[in-house]
Amino acid sequence: MSVSPAEVAVVPDTAMPHARLVGVTRVFSRRGKGEDIHALGPIDLDLKRGEFFSVVGPSGCGKSTLLDVLAGLATPTSGTAEFEGRPIAGVPAGVGAVFQEDASFPWLSVTDNVAFGLRRAGVDPAEIARRVDYAIGFMGLRGFADAYPAQLSGGMRQRVCIARTLVMQPRLILLDEPFGALDAQTRLLMGDELLRMWRETGATVLLITHALDEAAMLADRVGVMSARPGVFIDIVATGWDAERDSRIVSHPRFGDLTGHLWERLRVESLKHLREG
Amino acid sequence: MTREGWIRLLVIAAAVAALELACRLGWVPVTVVIPPSAMAASLVDILASGKHWADIVISLRSVAIAAVLSIGLGFLVGAVIHAWPLVRGAVEPLLASYYAVPTFMFYPVFIILFGVGPAAIVAIAVLLAIVSMISATLVGLDRIPLVLRKTARMMHMGPASRALLIGLPAALPHLFTGVKLAVAYAFIGVIASEFILSGAGMGYAIAYAYNNFDNREMYGLMLLIILVVTVVNTGLDAVDRRLQARLRR
Repeated sequence: MSVSPAEVAVVPDTAMPHARLVGVTRVFSRRGKGEDIHALGPIDLDLKRGEFFSVVGPSGCGKSTLLDVLAGLATPTSGTAEFEGRPIAGVPAGVGAVFQEDASFPWLSVTDNVAFGLRRAGVDPAEIARRVDYAIGFMGLRGFADAYPAQLSGGMRQRVCIARTLVMQPRLILLDEPFGALDAQTRLLMGDELLRMWRETGATVLLITHALDEAAMLADRVGVMSARPGVFIDIVATGWDAERDSRIVSHPRFGDLTGHLWERLRVESLKHLREG
Repeated sequence: MTREGWIRLLVIAAAVAALELACRLGWVPVTVVIPPSAMAASLVDILASGKHWADIVISLRSVAIAAVLSIGLGFLVGAVIHAWPLVRGAVEPLLASYYAVPTFMFYPVFIILFGVGPAAIVAIAVLLAIVSMISATLVGLDRIPLVLRKTARMMHMGPASRALLIGLPAALPHLFTGVKLAVAYAFIGVIASEFILSGAGMGYAIAYAYNNFDNREMYGLMLLIILVVTVVNTGLDAVDRRLQARLRR
């Protein structure tokens, strides 16, 4: 039986996970130049529709590879990856991603950056103008619509990238350490904006981060990964309500949470440090 | 204009004034260098009389053809080498030491191949200019951030539109460095070749004036070439600055 993509997208089956990974591994072949690198897995993960899931793990544990698999940028060596009930082959429609490195297009103004994907998709110009205007306002870029990325700070450029992803109205937003290059205060504030965005769009969010406080503050659930090959050694529900913001860092449970996460992660990070 | 700009102008003006003075006072004989004011007067005569318009057109046409060929072919060759890491590893040291070879010594080969005339001149100029474009292309394609490619894939862009709409504009500031160099080398290649393998063009006209002890005309033509090159370079620089401004991050 074949199901048209539109039907799958429009009728949200709450019992069905929004995205699902079953036994996903990723092995990089070195083509005879030494042993193959087992980078990831096996990973089992069910992302609930509309949840904010965060992944923490030591450097090199395969966090980004996990994201690449969900984004359709990398094919699992074994196991299956599904989005909205269909196997992921290529970048699925309805999935957006923001990466750690600045991915704004330096030759385009902020407006043109944000509108880029919509124009490619052939969306009606009036609709493009409406969505772009909204996203620019939402991300606090109002005064910079005609500026070029070179004239903006790192944090502002990352807002441009988030806005560019938002206008496509993705149902699953993948964030690969999007604030990794920003200073600590800016990161907290950007975290608030992420939460605002998540509540507003109702999208499912997967955030990869190396900052435990970021994960503990933003996510509904935090998945802790082991050193390479990365597998989930713990998945912690944070129990925050949806209306949270960065002020929860002073909540007593926040300390317990980050403490617990660090306890699980410490051993794994040490492994990474020793093995290099 | 910036303070540096004013100082730069002052330095040039001082140098010209010093030469003028040295010539007028007889420290430099007129048989060696004529005063800059006389060069300017000669240039006005040359342009007014129209006797060298044909030479100017021939030279500029050769420069334009050589520059376009070098930029186009250089980009293509660079892109192919870039796509082929093994070949690149083999070829890159050769490219790096290319400019150690005095390309002009090959002029007899080009006369045999193309005869005396524009074709041989363009060939030498291309030989001189193309490698700078190849090198700039390699650098430019290297500098396209990986994350832009990922972003383009997330936007469901195919390889062709990725290359055209993302890769090309991302590499453009670096490619333009190659364009600037290629144009400069094209000028050098064409004017210098015209001295030895041509019966027309600005280089030929200078050599002709020199052989006939016509200092006034010779210096007028030299001034003309300097002015043309300055105008072209200023134009390219303006574009270059705009492109580089995007990279400041």
